[in-house]
Amino acid sequence: MFETLILLLDSTVRLSTPLLLACLAGLYSERAGVVDIGLEGKMLGAAFGAAAVGYISGNAFLGLLAGIGVSIGLALIHGFASISNRGNQIVSGVAINFLAAGLTALLGQAWFRQGGRTPPLPEGGRFTNIELPFAEAVRDVPYIGPLYGELISGHNILVYAAFAAVPLTWWILFKTRFGLRLRAVGENPAAVDTAGISVIWLRYRAVIMCGVLCGFAGAYLSIAQSAGFIANMTAGKGFIALAALIFAKWQPRNAMFACLLFGFLDAAAIRLQGQEIAGIGEIPVQFFQALPYVLTVILLAGFIGKAIPPKAAGIPYVKERT
Amino acid sequence: MNAGQLPRWVDFGLIPLLNLTAAFLVSGLVVLIIGENPIEVVQVLLWGALGFGEGVGFTLFYATNFIFTGLAVAVAFHAGLFNIGGEGQAYIGGLGVAFACLALDQVVPWWVTMPFAIVGAALAGAAWAFIPAWLQATRGSHIVITTIMFNFIAASLMVYLLVNVIGEAGSMQPETRTFEDGGRLPFLNDFIPFADFGTAPVNLSLVLGLIACFGVWLLIWRTRLGYEIRSFGANPTAAVYAGISPVRTIVVTMLISGGLAGMMAMNEIMGSQHRLLIEFVTGYGFVGIAVALMGRAHPIGIVLAAVLFGMLYQGGAELSFEIPTITRDMIVVIQGLVILFAGALEHMFRPALVQFFTMRRLNAAQTG
Repeated sequence: MFETLILLLDSTVRLSTPLLLACLAGLYSERAGVVDIGLEGKMLGAAFGAAAVGYISGNAFLGLLAGIGVSIGLALIHGFASISNRGNQIVSGVAINFLAAGLTALLGQAWFRQGGRTPPLPEGGRFTNIELPFAEAVRDVPYIGPLYGELISGHNILVYAAFAAVPLTWWILFKTRFGLRLRAVGENPAAVDTAGISVIWLRYRAVIMCGVLCGFAGAYLSIAQSAGFIANMTAGKGFIALAALIFAKWQPRNAMFACLLFGFLDAAAIRLQGQEIAGIGEIPVQFFQALPYVLTVILLAGFIGKAIPPKAAGIPYVKERT
Repeated sequence: MNAGQLPRWVDFGLIPLLNLTAAFLVSGLVVLIIGENPIEVVQVLLWGALGFGEGVGFTLFYATNFIFTGLAVAVAFHAGLFNIGGEGQAYIGGLGVAFACLALDQVVPWWVTMPFAIVGAALAGAAWAFIPAWLQATRGSHIVITTIMFNFIAASLMVYLLVNVIGEAGSMQPETRTFEDGGRLPFLNDFIPFADFGTAPVNLSLVLGLIACFGVWLLIWRTRLGYEIRSFGANPTAAVYAGISPVRTIVVTMLISGGLAGMMAMNEIMGSQHRLLIEFVTGYGFVGIAVALMGRAHPIGIVLAAVLFGMLYQGGAELSFEIPTITRDMIVVIQGLVILFAGALEHMFRPALVQFFTMRRLNAAQTG
């Protein structure tokens, strides 16, 4: 029983990581007042960039950088449309998702000719699992051994990066001047502007932060969790991250718990597939797949607490009316 | 005409044209990056979409889908609502069509089944839009987010239903049994004597789509409800002062929008596939956003935009045959670029145009 639990939690951590990275990405953007439903597209673009460069260079870190670069590029398009041109942020997000889905598959086929996939990554092109110190030594200690050796140790570096990004994000947003201004620009941009701080530049920085973290999320999918890019490999994870962000009420710590919850649902679905549960019978896998979205809708409806978005989210800032 | 305003022909003609041109130029760039000749691509695309009867038939078939999803988005736009859930509503709409067809196809001819299928599609689509609408109206949950969530819930629900409940027993595919003749809309080939659409499944739904366009025009610009919808969209606060109920307007508008999206399933399920299957919507709902944006939420504009996207779809299919390095994903790229330039970057050329036309007017005033 304990063994099963550890295995379940272990896969929860693996499945939560991309959600967490994308969710924190969305946090920066939305806290600054830029709604981003293009998380999915940015992740997908980053996954492709990371896998392509990881394959060619054989270096996982170069792959990661490329992924981040692609993601920032897409984020800047979103920024250009929604900050500089004051366009509709939802429409821009939809466009980013289309662009990423199309371009990755198209360029993947044109460059590698394997049906939109990248070839399997060479040895160094992938982030491998890290054994933490003493993991081997304590393995036989009951309870602590599996807990430390299986659950905490033995993940790749991006998993640790994702969980380290949670306190870091909290610190940046709530303990630095930049964070204060970033949150202010999402609540009341006019006040920030009056204080002589550029709304546009602040929002651009938030969008770039979003790009960086989506880059990590995408790279995790293609060069850490699996060994290559597959067309449309994000499969809605960007939208689950978006749901998690709302579920977390735009707070970093809650974001971690929401992503762990959604990751756990995913892990449980895989684990319980085709198994009978005493008294309930077999739960269809689609039930677990839909549950994050259902929970988010219930939350949005105000039945579990209240999710209040940043006040200026989605509204382009107009300096002066003409 | 005040300062900062543009002549109508610029607003409704030149700006969309410029945006579209920009999208196509960037698409051409993508083609160049792949190492193909953009001119040749355009030729193949146009020929594939319009060059022969069957191509035209397919173009019109795809356009029918886009008319419905485009209208759905447009109606919601008029009330200031963003219905991004056309995808899920169309998917669930398929359920309504399939129920009507499965119940009646062996008993009555198609023209008896059709009204039931239409009602089924519209009701199912509307039902799927109801909860997001009601939550937006009464509890203030953002409709964009709830409709996105409902797209995914619809996807899970449909897979579950098709695999475990209504799917054909013994079939490996998650789909219902094939409808008999009583559950099939006639192809345009069958009742237009001079039509030569080959194997293209363009069917009676196209006529239905055009009727829906007229209906939407009537509703939005010629009825009291339409006036309420537009007032609410233009200024919700003022609308409330004028005695327009926000809850009623939001819910009714979204029901109409969802119903229109649901009717897309008429074309796919009763018109072409003749069975309910998974993932038959594949992005038509999302492209509806682009269609509505390009068509400026007006039925005539929507028909034009729908035909344009139909051409892209069909031409793109032809393209992947003729030039294998350019897969069908090229269409997704072009769609993305059109959504970007015609939607999100809508106002990119406006400041320059405003400056140009103001200068010209000033010059004319000085010399004249």
